[in-house]
Amino acid sequence: MKDLLNRYGLLLTTVFAVLTGFWILVLVVLPNIYLFEHSFKPYLPVAELGGPKDVYSLDNYLTFFRSPIHISVFFWTVIYSAVVTFICFLIAYPLAYYLSKVSARALLPMIFLLLFIPLWVSEVLRSFAWFIILALKGPLNASLLGLGIIEDPVRWITGFRGVIIGLVYTYVLFMLFPLYNAIQSLDTNQIEAAEDLGAPWWRTHWRVILPHAKPGIASGSVMVFMLSAGSILVPTLLASTNSRWFTEIIQQWMFESQDWNTGSAYAFLLLILCTVFVSAVMRVFRVKLSDIAK
Amino acid sequence: MRQVRSIDWLFHLYLVLFLAYMLLPLIVMGGAAFNDSRFPSVYPWVGWTDRWFVELWADKRMWNAFANTIYVALAVVAISVPIGTAAAILINSIAGATRSVLYALMVAPILTPGAVIGISTLLFWNGVGHAAGSDFFLFKAGLHLSVLGQVSFIAAFVMLLVLARLQSFDRGLEEAALDLGASHSQVMRRILLPHLYPAIGAGAAIGFFQSIENFNVTLFTRGTYDTLTVYVFSKVRTGITPTINALALIMITATLLGAIGYEIGRRRRERRLAGK
Repeated sequence: MKDLLNRYGLLLTTVFAVLTGFWILVLVVLPNIYLFEHSFKPYLPVAELGGPKDVYSLDNYLTFFRSPIHISVFFWTVIYSAVVTFICFLIAYPLAYYLSKVSARALLPMIFLLLFIPLWVSEVLRSFAWFIILALKGPLNASLLGLGIIEDPVRWITGFRGVIIGLVYTYVLFMLFPLYNAIQSLDTNQIEAAEDLGAPWWRTHWRVILPHAKPGIASGSVMVFMLSAGSILVPTLLASTNSRWFTEIIQQWMFESQDWNTGSAYAFLLLILCTVFVSAVMRVFRVKLSDIAK
Repeated sequence: MRQVRSIDWLFHLYLVLFLAYMLLPLIVMGGAAFNDSRFPSVYPWVGWTDRWFVELWADKRMWNAFANTIYVALAVVAISVPIGTAAAILINSIAGATRSVLYALMVAPILTPGAVIGISTLLFWNGVGHAAGSDFFLFKAGLHLSVLGQVSFIAAFVMLLVLARLQSFDRGLEEAALDLGASHSQVMRRILLPHLYPAIGAGAAIGFFQSIENFNVTLFTRGTYDTLTVYVFSKVRTGITPTINALALIMITATLLGAIGYEIGRRRRERRLAGK
């Protein structure tokens, strides 16, 4: 702080502090504390606010724990978000390795430009694209039928299949870029040394490249998992009747029941889930928050 | 690297397949904008038409949503760029446990689901309004709350970009300027900010795009207002027609032009630096 005062004087330092304070306090900390507090309050008509019924209780959370349906939706959201994260890793890892260590340098800007296009196209359009492709009479079935690979149109959007396809497509790039950054910083000599010393290719990856890519894996996993579990668009557009996502239940509380208190309890559960996941990843991969945020 | 070379073509194939996987869905979606069929699809191909573009052009609700999106994005950039820059300068000058805590609080919004940010923002400002006993419209759901909700995590992107740029800043320059009698605001304006401009510019561009494509935060805070993402979403759910594809194609083209322009600008700058 003293250093700031010396360099920029009292006025500018105050400005910095006020701006940062506004952001952290008013936009981040206070709303979350308020969300937490609100989740323990009952849903009451305006006239009864502050009245005898307006007391803290665990009721909103008990609503969740007493509902087998909500618990199972939560459970499957966690499982399938993890599955999506893992699939994204499987798809992205070879590509990240190829782009950072094998491919021709001159082509890279072109490839990245092509990859940035889907990244900048909004999520709603990307899920909409798959909504068209996976339709029963859509282009995917038409071309597979035309090629003679399948004989009857496949109903793609059943169970969680549509959701998984959509989520992987939408978020795989959030895995690719952190992985690429991590692998790129590995000295190629280390890979060659491992090969010269007779390591088979899989051991080179397992013992040299993967350990070095840990911060990238952690960062990518956290982003993909968080975005998947919190996704609203993909599960709504690509879900079938028997695949519900936890965010859809939160939406129900907020918009259909207009019960913001139970809604905030459910939102808080989602927040806890993501916090637990981030801490677990940081522990398992032994990385710091600053590695993830890169 | 000989054994790797022999499987090079496999990697090439993989890259081509991946690029196709990333881009074909967008092409299919864009192509459906020209197909003269009620349901958006490229198959069966009924006939070439531009009527979806005409219909889109006549859609007042779309124009309204478009204007709202731009307003929100501009407001988000205008607020989150100063905040993110100030926060980066601040955190760069402190160390120890305070820094870790502050840093965690700053990046937390990036790792928070949008739904949670949206709901907490909505509830908090409603609560403030209730406590103040006021029905003032700013406390109710509306686009201004979407702006505040979006700023809470977009400012974090700006902060990270500026903080990374600050690592390459030679602080001796500031000391020299101060020793030579520059005022504090001169140091800021003439020395620090010019060094940070690339990061600030990138932050503004990313913030603008992030805001345009934001859905989760906006959905909970928007009240009755539309933004483009919300408009597309409600169209897909209710009465889906290829006008959405027309809109998608226009948006993708705009993005493409933006990306190409950015890339050309970057290369030109690089060449200029190399020429020096």
